[in-house]
Amino acid sequence: MTYADGILVALRHLLREHRECFCIGQGLWSPWYVGNTMRDLEKEFGTARVIDSPVSEAATTAAALGAALGGYRPIVVHPRVDFAVLALDAIVNQAANWNHMFGGGIPVPLTVRAIINRGGEQGAQHSQALHAWFAHVPGLRVVMPSTPADARDLLVASVLCDDPVVYLDDRALYDVSEADTSMAAVSLRDVLPRVRRAGHDITLVGTGHSAHLCGKAAELLARQNVSAEVIDIPVPGPVTDGAARVLCDSVRRTGRLLAVDGGWAACGFSAELVALAAETLPPTAWKSAPARLTLPPAPAPTNGRLERAYYPTAETLAERARELTR
Amino acid sequence: MASPDPATLGALADPAQYHEPVDLRDLPPAKAITALDTLLLIRAVEVCIGEGVRAGTIRCPCHLAIGQEAAAVGMASQIQPHDRVFGAHRSHAHFLALGGSPRQLLDEVLGRDTGCSRGMGGSMHLRDVAHQFWGSVPIVGATIPIATGAALAAQMDGRGALAVTCFGDGATEEGVFHESLNLAATLRLPVVFFCENNLYSSHLHIGLRQPADSTCRHAVAHCIPFLRVEGNDLPAVVAAMRQAADHARSGAGPFYIEALTYRWRGHVGPSEDVDVGVKRKDDLAQWKLRDPIGRLAAALEQAGHLSAAALSEAQAHARAAVAQAWDAAQAAPDPPQAALQGRVFSAP
Repeated sequence: MTYADGILVALRHLLREHRECFCIGQGLWSPWYVGNTMRDLEKEFGTARVIDSPVSEAATTAAALGAALGGYRPIVVHPRVDFAVLALDAIVNQAANWNHMFGGGIPVPLTVRAIINRGGEQGAQHSQALHAWFAHVPGLRVVMPSTPADARDLLVASVLCDDPVVYLDDRALYDVSEADTSMAAVSLRDVLPRVRRAGHDITLVGTGHSAHLCGKAAELLARQNVSAEVIDIPVPGPVTDGAARVLCDSVRRTGRLLAVDGGWAACGFSAELVALAAETLPPTAWKSAPARLTLPPAPAPTNGRLERAYYPTAETLAERARELTR
Repeated sequence: MASPDPATLGALADPAQYHEPVDLRDLPPAKAITALDTLLLIRAVEVCIGEGVRAGTIRCPCHLAIGQEAAAVGMASQIQPHDRVFGAHRSHAHFLALGGSPRQLLDEVLGRDTGCSRGMGGSMHLRDVAHQFWGSVPIVGATIPIATGAALAAQMDGRGALAVTCFGDGATEEGVFHESLNLAATLRLPVVFFCENNLYSSHLHIGLRQPADSTCRHAVAHCIPFLRVEGNDLPAVVAAMRQAADHARSGAGPFYIEALTYRWRGHVGPSEDVDVGVKRKDDLAQWKLRDPIGRLAAALEQAGHLSAAALSEAQAHARAAVAQAWDAAQAAPDPPQAALQGRVFSAP
């Protein structure tokens, strides 16, 4: 099962088992089928439940919120998260605040699925990773799977959650494959970070594609006799106390932390991870100062040479980790 | 009646006109009297809230609908149990017209745990699902697409329910308004776009914000049928809303209503002229002669269904009920400390 398969399996399961689920967004009937993650869904479940929409990100997202208030579990699809920026009022002002500002106890089962399209010379408005924006906001849950099984199980969990969820999948992971597993029913609020690989020299942590990179880098490091522990945080928003504990326990063992993120450093998710560890662990726990590896503070370039310099790779990540362990 | 020109309000915008008693049309006297009582109740609650703001007892921003009551009551007249109505920043009248409790509204503007939004929303975040009011928010135009989606849910339910979104003329300047009309018309959604055009957005007259003074032109652009009504004429708003609701319930798609009205107070707070100065002050004296309460009461008196004494009594009754609710609200409890973080997600 690939990561893209995982998403398709989850959507098919949701539409088959839950009458209150429907999908709305742009390109859902296109031959491209959102990178094959939605192939033929409209043929199987009908165009009334898999709605290819007008070019109106703001209205479709807010409309999905309205349908969620009416007892449905809509999945809004933004094939590039850059376009979801047009829907920020619906996501940030409305969906995130709705329950709190109207007194609590109000289900808002809205899932906004948006895709990060790193690379491919797509440039500044087709490539951004904006998960930190969403994770900043109380009332939103943010999901960033890094494996096919998580892509599947956490999409199901997102849609069945009674809170608004921003589910961000990553195009660069669509072909990542792993052995089939059976679907696991999980509650989003209980999802803990995954210790993808045990190690004792340094903790590498990230979410989504960055967690994937951490795993690749750990393989390289192992060949150089550096034992890296890899923590994958599939729910970057909110980072619960339980999730923070998993991270801090790891750093307590390794004494070193490299927080890796596919977004920018400033006020970003890597900053959050470093802060969580720094606030929790005593100075004596650290063998080296915690570090971050992120995008440089620049928009995504289109030029291929600049793009290769822009994105961290397993190699640059391993190099940075090795510096910290020297 | 609807003007043939969807871009021009014409005589409706002239404050010197429409001062006479309204035409009761086919509105039965008992229903007209009930509607009058609701208008009086809304007026009394709004006056009370205005005094509370002036005294500093109420601290949250309050946008009063004094002068616009008939639009809200006419809209609410066609709402059925499965319907869903959304409001905006100036929604006390919508809340009350739909049957919301004055006490719960007063508690809410005071930020009390017994308020309609449990003290978490204040004046600008009202909700009363038991009376089909699904929520009001002050981000201009924001509930227009949300109501459109609530209409999508109603369409999927297949029970003939509809959604209504109440907004002002300023909201038609937001992009999402146009997206929503397009989406609703394309999917033939059962939604009534209910625009209360009061000629002002905050301090700024529509003539300084739009190239034409009637918002119905946007309905035409999106192939949506529309009616424009004198919004201070309660029977006219009821009739328009009935036509809109019948249209939406029949599966024929969205409908657009523009109710021309005028607010007597400033954009926010109780003052009459703090926002917009002298010109508006002169106009306001004339608009007060187009009082939705006065015009309906005069028609009922002319038709022999209401005496001057009965009207005074009804006014006194409304004021007394509101005064009693206001006194009781002062003793209502604040939300518990645990509400601060315990109400962020749907279950703690």
